Amino acid sequence: MTDTVTDHSLTPTKSPKVETPFQRFRAEFFESRIATAALGIFLVIVLLAILAPWITPQNPYDLGQVSVMDGRLPPGSEAFDGYTMWLGSDGSGRDLYSAILYGLRISLTVGLASGVIALLIGMVIGLVAAYAGGRTEAFIMRIVDLQLSFPASLVALMMVAALGKGVDKIILALVIAQWAYYARTVRATALVERGKEYVEAAQCLGISRPRIVFRHILPNCMAPLIVVGTVQTASAISLEATLSFLGVGLPQTEPSIGVLIANGFEYMLSGRYWISVFPGVALLLTVVSINLVGDHLRDVLNPRLKK
Amino acid sequence: MRKLASATAVAVGILAFGVGAVSAEKLTIGLASEPTSLDPHFHNLGPNNAMSVHIFDRLIAQDENQRLSPGLAVSWEPIDELTWEFKLREGVKFHDGSDFTADDVVCTMARAPDVPNSPSGYGTYLKGKEVVKIDDYTVHFKTAAPYPLMGNDISTIPVISEVGCEATTEDFNAGTAAIGTGPFKFQSYTPGESIVLVRNDGYWGDAPIWSEVEFRPITSGPSRVASLLAGDVDMISGVPTTDITTLQGNDGIQLSQGVSNRVIYLHMDQFRDDSPFVKANGGGDIKNPLMDVRVRKAISMAINRDAIVERVMEGVALPAGQLLPEGFFGVSDNLDVVAYDPDGAKALLAEAGFPDGFEMTIHGPNDRYINDAKIAEAIAQMLTRVGIKTAVETMPRSVYFGRASKGSPEGLPEFSFILVGWGAGSGEASSPLKSLIHTHDKDAGFGSSNRGRHSDAETDELIEEALRTVDDAKRQELLAAATERAIENVAIIPTHFQVNTWAAKKGLSYIPRTDEYTLATGVVKE
Amino acid sequence: MTVFVIRRLLQAMLVVFLMSVIVFFGVNIVGDPVYMLVSPDADQADIEAAIRRLGLDRPIWEQYWLFLKGAAQGDLGDSFVFGEPALKLILHHMPATMELAFSALFLAIVIGIPLGLYAGLYPDSPLSKGIMAGSILGFSLPTFWVGLMLIMLFAVELRWVPATGRGDIGSFLGIHSSLFTLDGLSHIFLPALNLALLKISLAIRLTRAGVREAMGQDYVKYARAKGLSTRRIILVHVMKNIMIPVVTVMGLEFGSLIGFSVVTESIFAWPGMGKLLIDAILQLDRPVVVAYLMIIVLFFVLINLIVDILYSILDPRVRLQDQGA
Repeated sequence: MTDTVTDHSLTPTKSPKVETPFQRFRAEFFESRIATAALGIFLVIVLLAILAPWITPQNPYDLGQVSVMDGRLPPGSEAFDGYTMWLGSDGSGRDLYSAILYGLRISLTVGLASGVIALLIGMVIGLVAAYAGGRTEAFIMRIVDLQLSFPASLVALMMVAALGKGVDKIILALVIAQWAYYARTVRATALVERGKEYVEAAQCLGISRPRIVFRHILPNCMAPLIVVGTVQTASAISLEATLSFLGVGLPQTEPSIGVLIANGFEYMLSGRYWISVFPGVALLLTVVSINLVGDHLRDVLNPRLKK
Repeated sequence: MRKLASATAVAVGILAFGVGAVSAEKLTIGLASEPTSLDPHFHNLGPNNAMSVHIFDRLIAQDENQRLSPGLAVSWEPIDELTWEFKLREGVKFHDGSDFTADDVVCTMARAPDVPNSPSGYGTYLKGKEVVKIDDYTVHFKTAAPYPLMGNDISTIPVISEVGCEATTEDFNAGTAAIGTGPFKFQSYTPGESIVLVRNDGYWGDAPIWSEVEFRPITSGPSRVASLLAGDVDMISGVPTTDITTLQGNDGIQLSQGVSNRVIYLHMDQFRDDSPFVKANGGGDIKNPLMDVRVRKAISMAINRDAIVERVMEGVALPAGQLLPEGFFGVSDNLDVVAYDPDGAKALLAEAGFPDGFEMTIHGPNDRYINDAKIAEAIAQMLTRVGIKTAVETMPRSVYFGRASKGSPEGLPEFSFILVGWGAGSGEASSPLKSLIHTHDKDAGFGSSNRGRHSDAETDELIEEALRTVDDAKRQELLAAATERAIENVAIIPTHFQVNTWAAKKGLSYIPRTDEYTLATGVVKE
Repeated sequence: MTVFVIRRLLQAMLVVFLMSVIVFFGVNIVGDPVYMLVSPDADQADIEAAIRRLGLDRPIWEQYWLFLKGAAQGDLGDSFVFGEPALKLILHHMPATMELAFSALFLAIVIGIPLGLYAGLYPDSPLSKGIMAGSILGFSLPTFWVGLMLIMLFAVELRWVPATGRGDIGSFLGIHSSLFTLDGLSHIFLPALNLALLKISLAIRLTRAGVREAMGQDYVKYARAKGLSTRRIILVHVMKNIMIPVVTVMGLEFGSLIGFSVVTESIFAWPGMGKLLIDAILQLDRPVVVAYLMIIVLFFVLINLIVDILYSILDPRVRLQDQGA
């Protein structure tokens, strides 16, 4: 990972002649070796998380398979049940390799689910605002502004304080903390699109409003939405980790990556570096790769930076 | 016991050494938990009580092993069945120069149970006691029935001056009313930041060796350890078990450890035929197996206490076979720690009609006791291995204790199998027996924390008789007998006693206390 | 302008009221504070007495009504845990958080903008790529993890600065702050840096994006054609244009600094209101949680208003849009 980040030999090569916008986009995206590598890493992480039950020696959520006698073993130790713990074990005897992959499942679920739900809600609200205009728009945008003026971390903190612990609750909290970002993005883009000639033309042709919004304006808003989506997903994953650190995130017995790091936090001065460092690296890889992809997407999709 | 004895020996040695060493020296202590107020009667809470010991003396002091010793009272004894006579120390002055007399005691006892806004006051200890001034240096405490624990109860009440009796909690926090007779005087208080005390040079007892003490709350464990390592503070309380091994290897750091009065134990639902978190294998309903003493015994045998101590607590705990560690008043000499015997547990389960076990959930807090969530998990692992498929649900104490006490729709304890701890504030066995073991009886105030609702008439009778018996030797016997019967019936399952650890920079050490208090007077130079 | 301000203020009051409903009822459905507060020695009668003393025996709508009545007179209730007025506690802890947030904002600007400017002007230089990679790490690393690493490095290993706590308070022009003493500055350095990390990354990225965009604009090309020095183009023309989004975002981010200070304050034992909040949440000190949120709502609504007004002054093209709405 570090290799690719510090790899500076990225020289833009002339892209070959392409036909459709998607192909052009694809070609431009894969021009960046960093972004390509990041996407690759992210896909590998997702794949590992999906395959976790089949490629790990231990189900860290099945207490019949976890034993305190295996607690705090350094990397490479042999577990009670005979397999090797390549990344060591945590304080409760969970094999860290298994726990990290299972934890990734939870963290990715939380990040993606809250991202997608917030995106859908924000998109609809933003489109409604942009298209309705007038008082409705002013009202919606005041709420959005207000919500945005609150730090997402604080909103999420309050929500979990009020809702309690659990995957569903933290997703809900993150959705509430994040929908406004999407609403603002969609509305801003939709406003620009609304003024364009093709929309006027469509209106002249007597095409219904909803149809114009969903068939014509929405597709044009997708690019910035995707960019915001990547950034928000990455921040949702780190936010979950932070909430878990503060003791209001997910339950400790079925740890997400965030909980694993938070649990490892207390071992950081004890010399048992692996308990927090390996989950930390996993989180870092995930968040950085999503952010790198999002970063590059922004460059590729921003027409004003086109040469 | 060895730990207690050596701690006492150290204490005696230090006292002899410390007397002459009066010099201008500042001590900074990093506290794991912050007092919520300097008003000594505002909140009956460990950190508050520990802080108030510095400024306010009690009539009767508790030493580091919670044994009673003379404080502002030089003697206390029953003069008849219903009256205890306290002789007060003469010549003691408050920090503002006024004399300490019986009037201060009378007004203290009137204010302590009745502070406005107080979330938890001292009424518990003063209930049914009437205080009467006989002369300036004699008071009588009268009760309606014979009461042996007078000394223990009175030792919890910080004595304030008549000035303080008129004051509000805010006046205490501002320092204007924080006037006691204790070894330190109020200097400044910034909530969340620091409490600074200075030596009371006119102290009636041994003068402290520290001229100024600053307490700084640093609630995050790793940060607290880092502050000690960085030299910001001279000593910290509540050293996380995870850091003890590293600190032991550090030449610049001195660790002090001592067993506490806190037992960690399991409560089992013994009052519902259909317990909400106990299910047959596969999730069907079954008659609550925890009602069967054999099942409870099997659970106790399935728990590997040595593994909990060694692996989860990193060796910093003692396996428990009863309610208080050896050396406390009222413990039994006949009880051993239940041995780990998974095969025996399986056999007992089969005998009780559960050869394939059953399913249940253990509930516990995750921010209350040392490594609480990990202990719950370890116990679930051990039970799962003998066939009782146990799920774990831990939650913040803010949610946990309410639900564990009265979370069910009927206002009864919600859970079936819970992990809890109990610190015996009075330092003797009647405290856990009365609250955890005795049948839940709202009107009499018994069994207030009996969340498993264990009930046994014979045990109840032993406890109640002990609470009426003023004779110490007889009471000791009764308490031990009640404990033995409770353990035999597996009313609760004790797992271990917490051991507390303090760490100081080289050259200092701390006299460990069973009540977990961190006192500047206990920090000594080597 | 006056109409705009008044309209916004009215909106703000409505928002504060709505939030009070949400927050009050939200906070009151979680957990049971009584069992957090009473001593274990308390018997059943003591527990009931405590419930009555805290007013928790009343129905929830009545508790809310009492809260509203108090709030109208500036009384947001007494803390369950400290027994003092919640408002007083929060105001007491506020200066520490403010100086931390301001210091972090200051660090973010003086570190972030120059780095972002460089990365924007020379996007292909290795240093720029390093800066950008660093900025991605900056907002990908968990704050609490970085915090402890900073303590380990600067306080425990190097012993340059203290690990935790707030330093001596000095006073300047009647303001009391630990920023006015050397001891105070040495204490605030690590937490401010920890809190600033995310914002440094943000400032870098905003500035870089602004510069890259501006450099392609016609006015820059025109200025170049006119023969202005690169230095003047960048410092006068480009900076003037990119400062607007940076000012806006940084202004809004000040709120987020206060939000994130919860984490930093916990690690560095910084006696601010973030620490007060997280403790209040964990101990179910409902009045403090409610009061904190009320103040924060008010505070952010005001920040929003100020940023809007500043924005309209800095960029005359932006009209106060909802004047007609």
